[in-house]
Amino acid sequence: MKAYVYVSPKKSVLDPQGQTIQRALKKLGYQGFDEVRQGKYFELTLNSGVTRTQAEADVERIANNVLSNPVIEEFRFTLEE
Amino acid sequence: MKFGVIVFPGSNCDHDAFWTVEQVAKQPVCFLWHESHDLENCDVIIVPGGFAYGDYLRTGAIAKFSPVMDSVSSFAAAGGLVLGICNGFQILCEAGLLPGALIRNTGLKYICKPVSVRVENADTPFTSSCEERQVLTIPIGHMEGNYFCDDATLARLQRDKQIVFRYCTADGETTPDANPNGSVDNIAGICNPGGNVLGMMPHPERASEPELGGTDGFQIFQSLAGALAAK
Repeated sequence: MKAYVYVSPKKSVLDPQGQTIQRALKKLGYQGFDEVRQGKYFELTLNSGVTRTQAEADVERIANNVLSNPVIEEFRFTLEE
Repeated sequence: MKFGVIVFPGSNCDHDAFWTVEQVAKQPVCFLWHESHDLENCDVIIVPGGFAYGDYLRTGAIAKFSPVMDSVSSFAAAGGLVLGICNGFQILCEAGLLPGALIRNTGLKYICKPVSVRVENADTPFTSSCEERQVLTIPIGHMEGNYFCDDATLARLQRDKQIVFRYCTADGETTPDANPNGSVDNIAGICNPGGNVLGMMPHPERASEPELGGTDGFQIFQSLAGALAAK
């Protein structure tokens, strides 16, 4: 089983990197993109001994306590067999 | 009456802080390895600058799980004095000992230069040698020094005088232009509600001897030495 975790800056937090990318896109002629937010992506491989329920609970906790900082970031994740 | 300087893999201002305490403030000091729970009966803990764990994941994100940080949390909860400088400030925020977080500078560049900061609260063990609204010149050196917190937290920091230093012009005006990194409310340093934990982005150990170009930063160490002597 694999867990895919996406961490992104909260809407209320300024993302200067995303803004810089957005401006670069504009310069390249892509006028259709109003905003870019830059985040992080994690791929976690679980061993076969872990049940889906356990994996969900663990990944939720890991994403909240380790992979993201709840003060500035939010996360979502998916599990795939 | 002893200072302890924590050493993480990647700390690089640990020796500077140690030197300042030992050679300039003339106080007993030891290094504390991050894998130990033992704070060796220190009275002040310094979490120094650098790049603990290479700043991997986020600044301070891995360091907060080091064994020594459990002891630092208990020490702080019991009223012990903790000073976090630069990366140390980032670690204290990640560890939840101080509110908010430090994110990428708005200009996206690493900034290394002397800045002016205004003492907003001289009634802390870290600033008792300073005057309220005194302007100190202390160098910064960081990529993630942009202090962020939500509006409710900011209001609390302002109300309870937890903002200890704010970036300002040479004559003490906290203008947007004097803000080097985009920090909310020009915040350069804050303390916890108890006033015994301080985090600051400027490096006082880099401005503690005339040979370094300035001695304004030494007032932080002098204040701490005074606080300990008064104990």
